[in-house]
Amino acid sequence: MRNIFAETLYQNAIKNKNIYVVVADISIAGNMLNFQKKYPRRFINVGVSEMTMIGMCAGLALEGKRSFAYTIANFTLYRPFEMVRNDLCYQNLPVTIVGMGSGTTYATLGGTHITMEDISVARSIPNMTIIAPSDPLELKQAVDYCCNKSNSPTYLRIGKSGEKNYTQVSKEKWQFGKIRRIIEGKDICFLTYGNIIRKSFTAAESLMKVGIKSSIYSCSTLKPFDNERLKKIFKKYKYIVIIEDHSIIGGLTEIVKVSAFENKYSGNIQSFSLQDKFINNYGSQDDLLDSHGLGDKKIIKSTVKFLKKYE
Amino acid sequence: MKCILILKECSHTNLNKIMKKINNAKLRCKIHRKEILNLSQKVQALHIGGSFSSVEIVDCIYNICMKKKDKFILSKGHAGIIQYVLLYYLKIINRKELDSYCQKGGYLGVHPDVGKKGINASTGSLGHGLGMVSGMALAKKDSTYYVLLSDGELHEGSVWESALIIGALNLTNIVLIVDNNDLQSSTRASDTHPNLYPISKKFKEFGWESSDCNGHSSEEIFKKIKSRKGKKPFALIAKTIKGYPVSFMKNVALWHYRSPNENEYKQAIKEINNL
Repeated sequence: MRNIFAETLYQNAIKNKNIYVVVADISIAGNMLNFQKKYPRRFINVGVSEMTMIGMCAGLALEGKRSFAYTIANFTLYRPFEMVRNDLCYQNLPVTIVGMGSGTTYATLGGTHITMEDISVARSIPNMTIIAPSDPLELKQAVDYCCNKSNSPTYLRIGKSGEKNYTQVSKEKWQFGKIRRIIEGKDICFLTYGNIIRKSFTAAESLMKVGIKSSIYSCSTLKPFDNERLKKIFKKYKYIVIIEDHSIIGGLTEIVKVSAFENKYSGNIQSFSLQDKFINNYGSQDDLLDSHGLGDKKIIKSTVKFLKKYE
Repeated sequence: MKCILILKECSHTNLNKIMKKINNAKLRCKIHRKEILNLSQKVQALHIGGSFSSVEIVDCIYNICMKKKDKFILSKGHAGIIQYVLLYYLKIINRKELDSYCQKGGYLGVHPDVGKKGINASTGSLGHGLGMVSGMALAKKDSTYYVLLSDGELHEGSVWESALIIGALNLTNIVLIVDNNDLQSSTRASDTHPNLYPISKKFKEFGWESSDCNGHSSEEIFKKIKSRKGKKPFALIAKTIKGYPVSFMKNVALWHYRSPNENEYKQAIKEINNL
């Protein structure tokens, strides 16, 4: 995803001289390197100084520029939190903070580098917008949006590298602020966002083998949330399964369950989120997800059981 | 005479104008302080001590140093009242807006908020102004950005993050002034952080040009800013007295936050009139 981010940002920067990127000692490759070489005045590496990275982006925006703060997710949001809150959100500036390698992506680095509560934290700040694209194709659209249309601070939550595309099969275009149906099936509905969408596809394929047809929706804009579409989903499906690479607190599960209560949803919801427990084990991303109950087998088995329970 | 030498690059007309402004600074600063005291009678919290220590600095920036495209950011946002008084003096905000300070439905609160007339950034939590100024100075290289910090604010790590990168990027269009009153809300920086001093040396080692001055001398503040070489970002360490010039407020931590009662108000006005 980081390559698509760099490529899309660079292409926009060629056209729009107001685009600046401020990075905090992140390794620069591909088109980010091209950006640096071609537009050195608009590419600033502040070093290991995340508070200044955010403050500088705010200052650029106060003078009419469109700025991107770019580094690993925990360093864009957690370390400079008060700058994000006061400088960006309180002043409501069109700055995009890019959280790269979000969720459990940095699976071998330990709990300090896992962002399992970033959406919860970001959602609670007024004026903040949150976009977590489900694949590189959605990311491209999201970066274009942030470069040209966004008028408020945005937390752009992305993965790292090697993510596959899943959303090309969708009949709906990506739109900021909209839930997007990727595939359609009548029996059960998966709601997800971010690169963990792959687990919905794995589950949907397995369920298909036993005759259960799944829909998968990408909820890539977490804030503002598309409650109108969610209401339609409540009307359409009796079974909803949520899969997210984020804590059970403050993420998609909470958004959907609150809305289900408010809308008197009479169906059934099952969610697969990270537990409210720090991750301090290591391995692959899937190993970490397994340890919090988000393994493919567990999701499939639980979902089949879930469907049977309410039959 | 010294000032005239500094102003040798100015045209004759400009020189006369600037000299007049410097000569009138004492009178203006009296007016500003009395304005603050008058407002103090309507509010509980005023941060009068740290505002009084900044009067000559803020007056000098607005009335003598700043050109049309330049901007001022009050990083020590708790002294917002002195910025508002200057904005009123310069007719940027009106009497009604100034008088609404901290009132229900009022236009102005203690800390400056962006979007209000004449306010370029929201500040209040210390250690934010310099980072924002770094971005502003990058965005508009032909404008000079004046930013005022308190010496207590220099305890914030974010200030030194920003100072380090501003030095590295050599943003020569930044003029930082430290209101060095050596008194926070409860303690003296020289007691709690003795190694902060000398401050100017720290900035020099971070790649800045830096100088010291008497922060209650408008002529000295202007002279130091005007005579900077301009090849590096500039930090002026202005030595001030918290609560200056009121006898019972000077160097007394209580006046960081307190508003004077009626008797104290009368006494303070009297002392300022007698200056």
